[in-house]
Amino acid sequence: MKKNRIFNAVVILGASVVVFVILAALQYIGVIDEYNGQLLTLSGIYIVVALSLNLITGFTGQLALGQAGFMSVGAYTTAIAIMKFHVPMLLAILIGGLVAAVFGIIIGFPTLRLRGDYLAIATLGFGEIIRVLMINLGSLTGGAAGLKGIPAFSETENFVLDAVIKFSWVYVFAVITIVIISNLINSSPGRAIISIREDEIAANSMGINIAYYKIFSFTLSAFLAGVGGGLYGIYMGYLNPTMFGFMPSMNIVVIVVLGGLGSITGTVVASVAFTYIQEWLRVFKDLRLVIFGLALILVMIFWPKGLLGNKELSISGFLRKLFKRENNPERTVSQQNGSREGK
Amino acid sequence: MEFVQQVLNGLSLGSVYALIALGYTMVYGIVKLINFAHGDILMIGAFGGFFIMGAFGVSPTTILISFIVSMGVCAIIGIIIEKTCYAPLRNAPRINALITAIGVSYLLENGGRVLPFMGPNPKQFPTFKIQNYNFLGINISQTQIMTIAISILLMALLNYIINYTKIGKAMRATSFDMNAACLMGININRIISFTFALGAALGAAAGILFASSYPQVEPYMGFMPGLKAFVAAVLGGIGSIPGAMLGGFLLGIAETLTKGFISSKLADGVAFGILIIILVVKPTGILGKNEREKV
Amino acid sequence: MFKRLLALLVVVVMSVSLLAGCGGGGNTNTPTNTTGAAESTGATGDTITIGTIQPISGAISAYGTQSRDAIQMAVDEINQKGGVLGKKLKVVVEDDENTPEKTVNAFKKLVTQDKVIGIIGALTSKCSLAITKEAQQRKVIMISPSSTNDTVTDAGDYIFKACYNDSFQGPSVAKFAIETLKAKTAAVMFDNTNDYSVGLKDSFKKKFMELGGTKVVEESYATGDKDFNAQLTKLKASNPDVLFISDYYPTVSLMAKQIRNVGMDKVVLLGGDGWDEITNNAGDEVVGSYYSNHYAPYSDDKEVKDFVSKYQTKFNVVPNALAALAYDSTYILADAIQKAGSTDPEKIKAAMLETNKKFVTGSIKFDPNTRVPIKAITMVKIEKDSSGKLIAAFGGTINPQ
Repeated sequence: MKKNRIFNAVVILGASVVVFVILAALQYIGVIDEYNGQLLTLSGIYIVVALSLNLITGFTGQLALGQAGFMSVGAYTTAIAIMKFHVPMLLAILIGGLVAAVFGIIIGFPTLRLRGDYLAIATLGFGEIIRVLMINLGSLTGGAAGLKGIPAFSETENFVLDAVIKFSWVYVFAVITIVIISNLINSSPGRAIISIREDEIAANSMGINIAYYKIFSFTLSAFLAGVGGGLYGIYMGYLNPTMFGFMPSMNIVVIVVLGGLGSITGTVVASVAFTYIQEWLRVFKDLRLVIFGLALILVMIFWPKGLLGNKELSISGFLRKLFKRENNPERTVSQQNGSREGK
Repeated sequence: MEFVQQVLNGLSLGSVYALIALGYTMVYGIVKLINFAHGDILMIGAFGGFFIMGAFGVSPTTILISFIVSMGVCAIIGIIIEKTCYAPLRNAPRINALITAIGVSYLLENGGRVLPFMGPNPKQFPTFKIQNYNFLGINISQTQIMTIAISILLMALLNYIINYTKIGKAMRATSFDMNAACLMGININRIISFTFALGAALGAAAGILFASSYPQVEPYMGFMPGLKAFVAAVLGGIGSIPGAMLGGFLLGIAETLTKGFISSKLADGVAFGILIIILVVKPTGILGKNEREKV
Repeated sequence: MFKRLLALLVVVVMSVSLLAGCGGGGNTNTPTNTTGAAESTGATGDTITIGTIQPISGAISAYGTQSRDAIQMAVDEINQKGGVLGKKLKVVVEDDENTPEKTVNAFKKLVTQDKVIGIIGALTSKCSLAITKEAQQRKVIMISPSSTNDTVTDAGDYIFKACYNDSFQGPSVAKFAIETLKAKTAAVMFDNTNDYSVGLKDSFKKKFMELGGTKVVEESYATGDKDFNAQLTKLKASNPDVLFISDYYPTVSLMAKQIRNVGMDKVVLLGGDGWDEITNNAGDEVVGSYYSNHYAPYSDDKEVKDFVSKYQTKFNVVPNALAALAYDSTYILADAIQKAGSTDPEKIKAAMLETNKKFVTGSIKFDPNTRVPIKAITMVKIEKDSSGKLIAAFGGTINPQ
């Protein structure tokens, strides 16, 4: 068992480094141009935020519709910390996460009593209240006009390098988020959290402190969303309260459901797909959002569990399957022979 | 006097919220689906009124005709949406249906924008010349009276259908326990379609009333009232019909009084704050049934 | 069976759209220049490419589509007359749904894939503000037709706009209210969640008090609100001489009805350029109101008449002011490229500053420091013509100080 874990950790670490090197290099030499690179970076931010929602909705089983609210708290806090108090960027992002976490605790409490759609609407309400707050704290947040001139990740004049630096920041945070969530889920608190999703009453009678774990989950989720928001603010360079309303929150829910509730890799894939597909639909010009709506409906009807359901894509699992297949000569051997002959 | 006036303003706003909220709550009561596309049904209903009254002028007869036609058309659209988009998902997780509803909403809003005869530009909704009645310093217009009166009439009609007709009984049974109702020989599919039709028809009526009070139609007009009405439905206890009415009126009055006496900047914040406080005190809304969960 | 068929269909549609998307994005696989400093790659072969970012979908698509059409019309006209620098002008249109995030994506696409040398847009200030910094860094000429927020051009000398600033428009209306209408007290209604509305209101209020106004009361609402009875009931008590509505025409026409409805019969309504098109969307309740605008479509001016009649024959509607500004922006940019004699952004930038010509929205000359046009404000008075139709009549001009 333990051996397996170490194997897993090595594979994951190795894979993430390899993926990073490949993606960064492709961007640097221009195979992935700046536009697509930018979309990758944006996808990375969505991975962080969508995973944070997946923790609440996918793993803890609490439907939340106000994730953009946490995001905006993180984004504004980070931006203000950098601009007004000259806090270093990394620290500012963490502060943004922490302040969002405080909001998460506050919002976590009502969830102890609310259930299902009532919780959903309460979180939606909180999201809206946060937005109203941001608009009315004019001296701090710039009110409706927003905050502009947020320093970028780098000030280099080399745009390709700049894109790579942006990407690196976001990539590191996305990987850390994935690691945090997957480790949590496989730990004892994680099991407790999943048991709440499966059956609250049964979990309670097994001696799991539901109140504690729900608030824990909300707080961690808000923290991660806040971090995602901080990255988003720096990435955009400009913040405006309308960027975090109801529709952005819904977009995050869409990503999580598309990827599959309770699937980390599903969320990752869906975040990338969601960002890219919206851009690809540009070729349809005026009909873009009509087709987007149609696609949502069709995907939900034909893949009701999302891309991956609650399963995970796993490299080590994949590798293991590959090894097993090698013992089983039927397919792979002939294929390999074919490819060798080709060479 | 200003207070009474503001309460009256709130009542007329609330009556529209209540009417929209009824559509949400009915569908929710039966299939436990938050139908986010309901606000867009309202838009289609309002456009129906716009085309009919635009072509034939405004008179009591054309208003009646536009109510009947819009409600009929929207009922059919409601059934189509249910059959094509929601029915395949009846056994899927509920959040899927929620996403589908958002997809439908995108489709209707943007479809309306692309259609040449609707288009993105806001259009004036034909109305009667405004007539104000003034008594004891309180102003009330005939649109406000019409809105409140027709809403109450439709709510009463709905109440009658649900509580005193056979199909209403079947709806209640389905809402109570779908499987048991099915075993008792109720045609669940028919009941669900009927519910959607009824909800959409109410949405269309609300659309015409909404457009008469705020005389403008455009493809995105349903979004905000839809969201507010959804809040109203939850406030009153989603799934409960008197709850939706109460929630609608309450939200309308709370919003108006906040704007009038506290701060118009904070109105939305206060409305949602009230919602959260009420939910924390009574987690299933004001008139919602408190279902004990049994092991 | 049917279900499977549908599924197959969906798969086919999706894959086709994916391929189309890749095709759309993948045909510009020229390696990007790693040393930054945007080279003038917008002029490959015999076309010069410019881009525009407009909200073609979303809640304000009514503006975006008209502006897009106007830009396309201008480009077609220019090409008919022989193009720019002997080459054909091409415009790539991108949608941003009026969300800054999409604006940034569209900007990146235009600059790195379509290699545009200039961008017309974005339409709203919040979307423009999201891209000004990068446009400046990349030396892409950006001309926003209609972002009236003062800070849009702050990012640097590659950022221009074709409209005046809020800080000029608001005070001009205030001046008009005090000097021409002899108003003493004012009330203001504004959209608290919209930067345009808030900025315009602030500048109006400040100037109104400076010029000797005695009182300004204000009430606000949120985007999408349709019921203003609560706020208006409150404003009625203060009995103002003028009521300044700092918003776009859909809201204004709704509000105007409610204003008369609550019994504020005498108050004169005032507004800014967002009121444009109000005459197609309101009734008797706005007759006698004034608003500042970029142009009056029924003016006798030759440029205006030409533009309106061409637009009307082509698209069957009277163009709004944003369309006129978008049209002008296209010409300003094209003229500058022509004058610069090359597609070098530095030269175009210099040529832009020398712009001094009469366009549809008036004579335009850029202030060299802010790159905002110095032009007069047209005050429009809403009147009723003999057939009972509302018209935007000329109500006066306010010249820049």
